[in-house]
Amino acid sequence: MRSTPKTGNAMTDPLLSIRDLTVQFQTQDETITAVNHVSFDIPKGKTVGLVGESGSGKSVTSLAIMGLIPQPPGRITSGELLFKGEDLLKKSESEMRKIRGDRISMIFQEPMTSLNPVFRIGSQIAEVLMLHRGMRKKEAWEKAEYLLDQVGIPDPKKKIRAYPHELSGGQKQRVMIAMAIACEPELLICDEPTTALDVTIQKQVLDLMLDLQDKYHMGMLFITHDLGVIADLADDVVVMYRSNIVETGPVDTIFTNAKHPYTKGLIACRPLLEGNPRRLLTVADYMDEAGNEKIVPAERFEPMVKEDKSGNPVLLEVKNLKTWFPVKGGFFGTTKDHIKAVDDVSLTVHKGETLGLVGESGCGKTTLGRTILRLQSATDGEVIYDGTSIMDLSGEALRAMRSRMQIIFQDPYSSLNPRMTIGDILTEPMAIHGIGDNKKDRYARAQELMRKVDLKPEQLSRHPHEFSGGQRQRICIARALAVEPEFIICDESVSALDVSVQAQVLNLLLDLQEEMGLTYIFISHDLSVVNFISDRVGVMYQGRLLELDTAEEIYKNPKTDYTRNLLAAIPKGIPKSLLQQRRNTL
Amino acid sequence: MWQYILKRLLGAIPTLLVLITISFFLIRVAPGGPFDTEKSLPPEIQANLEKKYHLDEPLYQQYLRYLGNILRGDFGPSFQYKDFTVTELIAKGFPVSLTLGGLALLLAVIIGVSLGTVAAVRQNSWVDYALMSTAMTGISIPNFVVAPLLILFFAIYLNWLPAGGWNGGHWLYLILPVLALSLRYIAYIARLMRGSMIEVLRSDYIRTARAKGLSMPKVVLKHALKPALMPVVSYLGPAAAGIITGSVVIEKIFGVPGLGRYFVQGALNRDYTLVMGVVVFIGVLIVVFNLIVDILYAVLDPKIRLQGKG
Repeated sequence: MRSTPKTGNAMTDPLLSIRDLTVQFQTQDETITAVNHVSFDIPKGKTVGLVGESGSGKSVTSLAIMGLIPQPPGRITSGELLFKGEDLLKKSESEMRKIRGDRISMIFQEPMTSLNPVFRIGSQIAEVLMLHRGMRKKEAWEKAEYLLDQVGIPDPKKKIRAYPHELSGGQKQRVMIAMAIACEPELLICDEPTTALDVTIQKQVLDLMLDLQDKYHMGMLFITHDLGVIADLADDVVVMYRSNIVETGPVDTIFTNAKHPYTKGLIACRPLLEGNPRRLLTVADYMDEAGNEKIVPAERFEPMVKEDKSGNPVLLEVKNLKTWFPVKGGFFGTTKDHIKAVDDVSLTVHKGETLGLVGESGCGKTTLGRTILRLQSATDGEVIYDGTSIMDLSGEALRAMRSRMQIIFQDPYSSLNPRMTIGDILTEPMAIHGIGDNKKDRYARAQELMRKVDLKPEQLSRHPHEFSGGQRQRICIARALAVEPEFIICDESVSALDVSVQAQVLNLLLDLQEEMGLTYIFISHDLSVVNFISDRVGVMYQGRLLELDTAEEIYKNPKTDYTRNLLAAIPKGIPKSLLQQRRNTL
Repeated sequence: MWQYILKRLLGAIPTLLVLITISFFLIRVAPGGPFDTEKSLPPEIQANLEKKYHLDEPLYQQYLRYLGNILRGDFGPSFQYKDFTVTELIAKGFPVSLTLGGLALLLAVIIGVSLGTVAAVRQNSWVDYALMSTAMTGISIPNFVVAPLLILFFAIYLNWLPAGGWNGGHWLYLILPVLALSLRYIAYIARLMRGSMIEVLRSDYIRTARAKGLSMPKVVLKHALKPALMPVVSYLGPAAAGIITGSVVIEKIFGVPGLGRYFVQGALNRDYTLVMGVVVFIGVLIVVFNLIVDILYAVLDPKIRLQGKG
């Protein structure tokens, strides 16, 4: 919690005052209103959290402030953006250029792609200083080195000459921050700056931003789809839903006394470590399609009780599994060393159980999943599925085994072939594995699958691009179910989704498990999600399985420092007072 | 770096060996021989000539002898130009071809990249459409059609430029052959550049550059140009090979005394050693040029580490 007093209405002299902003985009067929008569203030030295799901108009709002809306197709049809009393919309492009990067700067979501890959990071930071401060190259590089130190890059003297690909994701985002604060801006806009990062890195970056804000007294606009992230950070919260602002207020009030059903849904949909209902509440529980509030039935709050499934028969046994990748070098390309992606991992999964695997990027959890499915060949060890060792299976036997084990990937955008209809996507694996008597029968099965994942059977003739991210992930789930598997590996399957959509997909996975007796391995970097869905949880670090226990035990009594650190880094999500309140209702 | 270059050059040896072997036997499969003339020579003179050039030996022996000579850097004597060795002929023709090809490649890159960039920045405007449809036309027309048309227009109708000849490389004599040789590469590079520039301009780091307050020309020239050049650079290898082979035709049409002329005449006269010499020389040239392209690529893209850099 911040030490500064929360001032929701001290707007006497706002740094930026957005008045009645409307932004429209012209497509071939229609005019889309992306931002609809939006008004709010960003006070000096304060942080405003702008919350909403993808497509709610929050990023467009920020781009409008920067004057970076592509026109055409974009058009600002009404409103004022009063920056210290001056309307940014009335400024010419050359006047805006002087403001951008100097008085108002911005940090973007994707640190991986937001830095120019062919220039050294030093030159990318120095460029801003040379442009706005008229510094000479040498002076600008010195300042850049100082800034890198300020944002916590180790050994800035050396790192300043690095190219972006030589840095980790967290370091790249620090470089972005250094670039954004180089000219000590009055307003800093952060568009989902930590969404692509691991929890521990997210915490470090958020802490850094708080420090910098205190130091430079910047106003901050913090955009996110996840209310949990800004609970510790923002003074005020603005909630956007379908291009409109539905609620604004000081952060505490929003969490404890949300008025709008959408806000209530957003707060409730995030799984908590401290306990959850049987199925996560979603926005749809609080609000109907038309936007009217619904009364949430009491049984929806019934707490999740996890049965002990350790008595069930063992479905999968992994014994001393190793997946090493050779590092080649030298004149003859001999193997010099190995990257031990999976190093001596043993575990068992029981029928009907969900085993969660958590860990940071690069810990080997994805490789482990792929090795179990034989999408990646193992260096050593054994995988026994339902009594059969699958390491030496080939041909027909391997194919038969493949239909029993499926995987759902992280990115619902790139894992569906854009040129195939959903019907083809769902019936293709059936045809491969000889499920269904003929085309007609397979199509009927596909329709049934669509119903199972809460999509309309009529939509089978459509193509992937006509669906939202959440819907696409449902299609991926349906595709995995098409071959009637018993065992599914979910590899970061909800990580790319907004929290509200994530809750729906998690609920769906639980429903399907109950209905069809599925067994899951659920891989994720998000500990609260893993805690919610898993019966047992394994923590991975540098290719090794550090500990494996029931979800409750891992979260209440972590045995290793690494797990304790991971747990401490999770954003608290909601203020403690509310937590207490929610626990009482459970 | 040196290790990488050495590795690549060693790796080219099998390629060159295959090239030598195939062309050695192919040209001998072609009917006729180097000393067939309208009037047939007396058999004893024919036999003497063949003996002198070892053409009476079995084919495999000739092949091994040729390989041995090449290893010593000796391309042998020309059958046609009896006073010259093949090495001398190449040394005479190469500077001419290099001037022609080099200028054509340079022109293709400079104009292609500029036009492509302009088209990308003005995407979907009339400028873009005009440039790209012209480029499409440029790609579709082969150079043996372009060259006579250029001669017809600029040399015969307008009488601005000479229709052919070399004149020691005087710039007036260079314009038409260089243009004829480079047109389709200008067109192709422009299309390539447009596509890659459009993609780069949509990328997140260009948005970052804009958010810094840089002006659009600066964003394009500083932040977008270098990454957008990558596909063009990787096309330079095939483009250079194309220009080298294309120059055979162009040199013939414009009467330019370069390698290409020797190549065509050598092939027609079954001047085995001359054809082989030019083939091997061009082969080495292409290998070396591809190596340069790969090194250039690594210079442009810091992500690429040349293998074996150690």
